[in-house]
Amino acid sequence: MSESSQDPMMDIYIFETTQLLEQLEQIIINSEKSSSFQEDSINEIFRIMHTIKGSSAMMLFQDISMLSHSVEDLIYFVRKEKCINADYSVLSDIILESLDFIKGEIQKIRGGSKPDGSASDLITKNNSFLASLKEGNLGKETGEPKKKKEFKAVLYFEEGCEMENIRAYAVIHNLKEIADEIYYIPENITDDEKSAQAIQKEGFQIWLKSDRSYEEIHHFFAQTIFLKDLELAELPQPEQTQKLQDETQHAAEQNGEAAHNSLLSHQNMISVNVDKLDKLMDFVGELVISEAMLTNNSDLKGLSLDSFQKSARQHRKIINELQDIAMSIRMVPLSMTFRKMNRIVRDMSKKLSKQVDLKIIGEETEVDKNIIEHISDPLMHLIRNSIDHGIEPAEERKVKGKAETGTITLEAKNSGGDVLIIIKDDGRGLNREKILSRAIETGLITRPESELTDKEIYSCIFQPGFSTKDEVTEYSGRGVGMDVVSRNIGAIGGTISIDSVPDKGTTIILKIPLTLAIMDGMTIQTGKAQYTIPIISIKESFKVQEGSVMADINGQEMIMLRGDCYPVLRLHALFKIKTEITELSQGIIVMVEHEGKNLCIFTDRLIGEQQVVVKALPDYIKKFKRLRGLGGCTLLGDGSISLILDIGSLLENKI
Amino acid sequence: MGDELRPDLALEEEDAQKNRFLVFSLGKETYGIEIKYVTEIIGMQAVTEIPQLPEYVKGIINLRGKIIPVTDVRLRFKKESKEYNDRTCIIVIDINETSIGLIVDSVAEVLTIPEQDIVAPPQMNKGISNRFIKSIGKVGSEVKLLLDCEKLLTEAELEILEEAL
Repeated sequence: MSESSQDPMMDIYIFETTQLLEQLEQIIINSEKSSSFQEDSINEIFRIMHTIKGSSAMMLFQDISMLSHSVEDLIYFVRKEKCINADYSVLSDIILESLDFIKGEIQKIRGGSKPDGSASDLITKNNSFLASLKEGNLGKETGEPKKKKEFKAVLYFEEGCEMENIRAYAVIHNLKEIADEIYYIPENITDDEKSAQAIQKEGFQIWLKSDRSYEEIHHFFAQTIFLKDLELAELPQPEQTQKLQDETQHAAEQNGEAAHNSLLSHQNMISVNVDKLDKLMDFVGELVISEAMLTNNSDLKGLSLDSFQKSARQHRKIINELQDIAMSIRMVPLSMTFRKMNRIVRDMSKKLSKQVDLKIIGEETEVDKNIIEHISDPLMHLIRNSIDHGIEPAEERKVKGKAETGTITLEAKNSGGDVLIIIKDDGRGLNREKILSRAIETGLITRPESELTDKEIYSCIFQPGFSTKDEVTEYSGRGVGMDVVSRNIGAIGGTISIDSVPDKGTTIILKIPLTLAIMDGMTIQTGKAQYTIPIISIKESFKVQEGSVMADINGQEMIMLRGDCYPVLRLHALFKIKTEITELSQGIIVMVEHEGKNLCIFTDRLIGEQQVVVKALPDYIKKFKRLRGLGGCTLLGDGSISLILDIGSLLENKI
Repeated sequence: MGDELRPDLALEEEDAQKNRFLVFSLGKETYGIEIKYVTEIIGMQAVTEIPQLPEYVKGIINLRGKIIPVTDVRLRFKKESKEYNDRTCIIVIDINETSIGLIVDSVAEVLTIPEQDIVAPPQMNKGISNRFIKSIGKVGSEVKLLLDCEKLLTEAELEILEEAL
């Protein structure tokens, strides 16, 4: 069974369950942080487990369904009994463990194989924990807590009996013998004279929880003296008692985070297969091109077509908007990816017994869906590394005079056409000497130390197989990981830079493009070939002035401009293109900038600026490793292909 | 009755492609490609050159919005290059979901060569094109060199390695 041939039911099941699990994870981690499970979160956990149980049973995944059932039982108990003395961290562990199991199974299902894991161990564990909770919480009372029912009673006293409030108090007092939790309105029945009138008018309302049957409760109330009327109802859902409790206690416990509630609100969204979006994007791209082909059609040249031009402009405007929409559909906020890191931080800090706080900034930043998929793994690696290598144990931090709890900041922000993702920790920083010596040992660095900048040394850690850690831990140290990070980021056209200050921490900046699909480009011509330069990289273009060009000993030409020297790259020479324009003064110079470095590209002429749809070069072409300086290709208005220059690699070649 | 026939039909369709070859010529020789690889045959197109590649990789073309690399089979087989004319064709083949265009002198026909007429290539010849010849088909008194399409694709990598050494 391949992924695409799965029936839609299965797709939906997988999609929904995955989302629910992510939500659940978030709730649990948030709750654990504030070390209290709020009513809302408990209800939400319950709801999620219940949904998963139901849908899994429907899809005939018995183990998942049974496991969710056991978790549901657990939560049900917690919800009912408001386990004040429960160990929340153990509870979280248990739920998360079950959650991981389900996640693993979903992964199998997605991969097309059968979910064959057995959940019986986990179920037993959950049940025994539940049993221990019951013992701890109920003490002598060992009866099934689930059998507790909730009742609402409204008592009306006979007119003229007087002192209704005192009578009500007596009722409550007697009620305490048979019911566990009692809430009533009006609340202040002993001290407040007015409550008597209220009871007289509206009756005395009581919410209670008891394991007695309806008949017994009814019998109890019926014994009340001067009782005129009695309304007794069994409540099917416990929310009302809780709501009332909240009201009566006037929300004494507002220490929990309210923020996560907003996440749980249902979103007005549909899920669409990414393939379809890709296709839509492709078609919109084609449409942009065909529009240009149409309006620039050579048949129209030299004709005066005012009305046509007007319609064409309108047409283009609509297409541009369509393009924007098509693009924005694919944009996804980073929040989900970022939040996943919470879990990693939690698990690792527990295991390594380090105290680590994850601070997330700018999670609403949006990037292309394709890109999101590529940065999840790198981020995970980087965060793991930060916790394992960067953040020191609490004692060590204390000695150094830092806060005992380490902080990792995960920040995303827009910067021009790129998104910056910054991972910053306040740990011990990178060990420059160790990296340097290991790099020289393994032959990564061959130049003398004096020629190297700190950044160059630090970036060695992104080389394959590089690890300074002497022992391999569960999380890191094998030297795989960091090179995977750089490879993954490189694959989406991003770059990594790293900086570190001893004992202050390490900062890693991932610079990733907003989207892979469309960019603004300047098309230039050299000989017969056309190339496109990303507009973002272009600083300026100018005709070269006589006398401002010089050459160094290696024959490298330089241009002097406003007192600065810039190297010249002759495109025709680099790409061995035949062109008549070889004199610098005949062509034009396009100055480009990348990561603070500048380069003057010499070309024949500029063709014009246009939005281009970026297409990857065929794999067959990419196999040739010698291919440098090309980032992809794009279709021009006339259907011909233009190659996109990759300024970063051009600069690397040059300098 | 009709339903029962269906699985056979699928087989038949596969059968229809079996042992059928698209025959094209390069100079005096005629070559054959298994028809199942061929997606289409197009006339010569404007090819966008890509710098820094081996000579035989002519560049890329835009085939209805799809970017496809094209290689000149003549150059690939270390034959003399020949100027393209109106008989020059690009055979677009699809191997393991990779499309690639092959520039050939001309396309002749589609032939069925029965199994018994296909023999292994002689081992003595060490020529460059030999690597790509999977077998030899006999058609009447003529001989068609049957290409190993997958090698056409993968051998490129090997060559890079060799050059690097």
